[in-house]
Amino acid sequence: MVQVAVKGETRFLTGNYAAAYAAKAARVQVVAAYPITPQTTIVEKISEFVEHGELDAQYIRVESEHSAMAACIGASAAGARAFTATSSHGLAYMHECLWWAAGARLPIVMAVVNRALGPGWNIWTDYCDTMAQRDIGWIQMYCADNQEVFNSIIQAYKLCEDPSIQLPCMVDEEAFILSHTSMPVRMPPQEEIDEYLPPRKPQWKLDVEDPVTFGALLSPAWYMDFRFMIQEAMERVKELFPKVEEDYCRRFGFEPKGLIETYRCEDAELMFIAMGTLAYEARLAVDALREQGIKIGVARVRMFRPFPKELLRELVSDARLLAVLDRQISFGLEGALATEVKSTLYAMEERPLVAGFVLGLGGRDVTYHQIEEIGRKAHEWMLKGKVERETTWIGLRGEKE
Amino acid sequence: MKDLPREEYLLPGHAACAGCGPSIALRHTLKALGRRTILVIPACCTSIIQGPFPVSAVKVPIFNMVFAAAASTASGIAAGLKAQGIEDVTVVAWAGDGGTADIGIQALSGAAERGDNILYICYDNEAYMNTGIQRSGATPYGAWTTTTPTGKLEHKKNLPMIMAAHGIPYVATASPAYPLDLYAKVKKAMKIKGTRYIHIHAPCPTGWRYPSSKTVEVGRRAVQTGMWVLFEIENGKFKLSRPSAPLVEKSRRRPVEEYVRMQGRFRDLTDEDIAVLQAWVDEVWENYKKLYST
Repeated sequence: MVQVAVKGETRFLTGNYAAAYAAKAARVQVVAAYPITPQTTIVEKISEFVEHGELDAQYIRVESEHSAMAACIGASAAGARAFTATSSHGLAYMHECLWWAAGARLPIVMAVVNRALGPGWNIWTDYCDTMAQRDIGWIQMYCADNQEVFNSIIQAYKLCEDPSIQLPCMVDEEAFILSHTSMPVRMPPQEEIDEYLPPRKPQWKLDVEDPVTFGALLSPAWYMDFRFMIQEAMERVKELFPKVEEDYCRRFGFEPKGLIETYRCEDAELMFIAMGTLAYEARLAVDALREQGIKIGVARVRMFRPFPKELLRELVSDARLLAVLDRQISFGLEGALATEVKSTLYAMEERPLVAGFVLGLGGRDVTYHQIEEIGRKAHEWMLKGKVERETTWIGLRGEKE
Repeated sequence: MKDLPREEYLLPGHAACAGCGPSIALRHTLKALGRRTILVIPACCTSIIQGPFPVSAVKVPIFNMVFAAAASTASGIAAGLKAQGIEDVTVVAWAGDGGTADIGIQALSGAAERGDNILYICYDNEAYMNTGIQRSGATPYGAWTTTTPTGKLEHKKNLPMIMAAHGIPYVATASPAYPLDLYAKVKKAMKIKGTRYIHIHAPCPTGWRYPSSKTVEVGRRAVQTGMWVLFEIENGKFKLSRPSAPLVEKSRRRPVEEYVRMQGRFRDLTDEDIAVLQAWVDEVWENYKKLYST
């Protein structure tokens, strides 16, 4: 038998079960949940944990996602650690409550299974659901495998509950590609997770011994300053998260991935900028293109809010062209990641060219051959010193692969 | 009235209109609830009445919340407290009629079906008063509002009976014009576990167009004419409260016209319109009479 150097139990888990096990490991105290495909197996699994006595939590089977987020807000304001999960239309339905959670500075963690919005009905993946929520004061982390789903949820509580942050976080995983695909997930021993993530100590809470009115009318003389405080906390996330992750990884024997995870980027003059599983698919394309002599790498933006612009500038300082892969479209402009990347580069004196590629919407399959093709096109533009098309849609019907 | 606690939880300097029925109701409700209370307040007049940041005219913790989520937020607070071993605090959703009968009914119905341990109180001033008098599902037939400039065409939604249909342990109606009755009902509701619902008819001089000194009079006339009925439904058992009990006999009820004529919002009602309202009141009472006799 091989001696395992790292502790914990490894199970073969879907992304959704990894999220459920993470919520259990984080000892969440209140779960408010409503079913939506493809998120449902998260909250089903948690209800099993609660009913079998494996998780000591109040479980509120709400009648809508609006109420799911509202109940999490109430529970969190009362001082408890709250969790929920949703997807697509459910996330959209929560919208005003999402604002309230962030404005109330409540460290709620939510797993979001990224799914397209209708019409027509589509249960498959893209990032349009969470990207539509990017401006509301929630931290957003995008996962690329199921271990990361598990780790990120626990890290998210550690991060969000820090007195200097006090913001909610959504941990995002792609529908089916992660949510319903099983992978080995190692779960560190519970008592060690408890040491890493002790019970929540709220900075404030609804307390009859210390009556405070929360969320009252906020005039123009006050409102803006509270919003500035959210922005400041977001800036601090970029400093704190790497420490929170390193602490976790050091204790439990994982490799930290940081705000942006890179692959073969050291000498890259051409880089894919991607998120989630697309970035891992792109690694295969990178390997193939490297064999053809193209100096290419892939940077995976793991944290989208706050956007790690300083780190990105550092990583791309020697690159000549960035090919941005967006599993999302902001209608009337381009993919949101492309926009963020361009905006980030503007502060650089010398900056790489940027070409945007929109792909994989509503679960449209993306192969590494397609990404390799994108790489070759981008390389051509890099050599010409000119991006011939700002945004290219990949894999539309009727186009040859 | 002398027997009510002297301690005030709604403090002087609050921002209600002169003669505000809801603030009278809130004052007496809080006297009954006492210190170990957490209020959830969705968008409504009380969002303003409590005072703007950084001051507050309410002496218990308040969580202000989005319009549609009073009940679900209260459910979350109750669960959050329970998870921390706190079970002697009354979690109260305090919402207007729009936040209850219209935009908040889904969350309320969900909480009631689950039996969440909350007390939901609707103070009903029969329109969206905070946004400037727009009709709600609780606005009575014929009433002028800014979105029914020639009078509302539909009758008032019967929320207390909708809540009773959920089979919750306690449903009651009340009025600030009968403060002892209101006080006793809140006290009773506090002692019961599960979802409890109290619906308070709360006259609004600003929206109903009557002099601000007449709030109690208007509230009493609503009960005396049978336009508002005071009752309790405890574990399914319907009971008319003392001010309303004699009115089961139609002859004991004052004509609806007496109530209508006190208020500018009904100014344009014709005799036919009043007859429509009277017929509706009589029909509502026929239903209560059946419940009362069983």
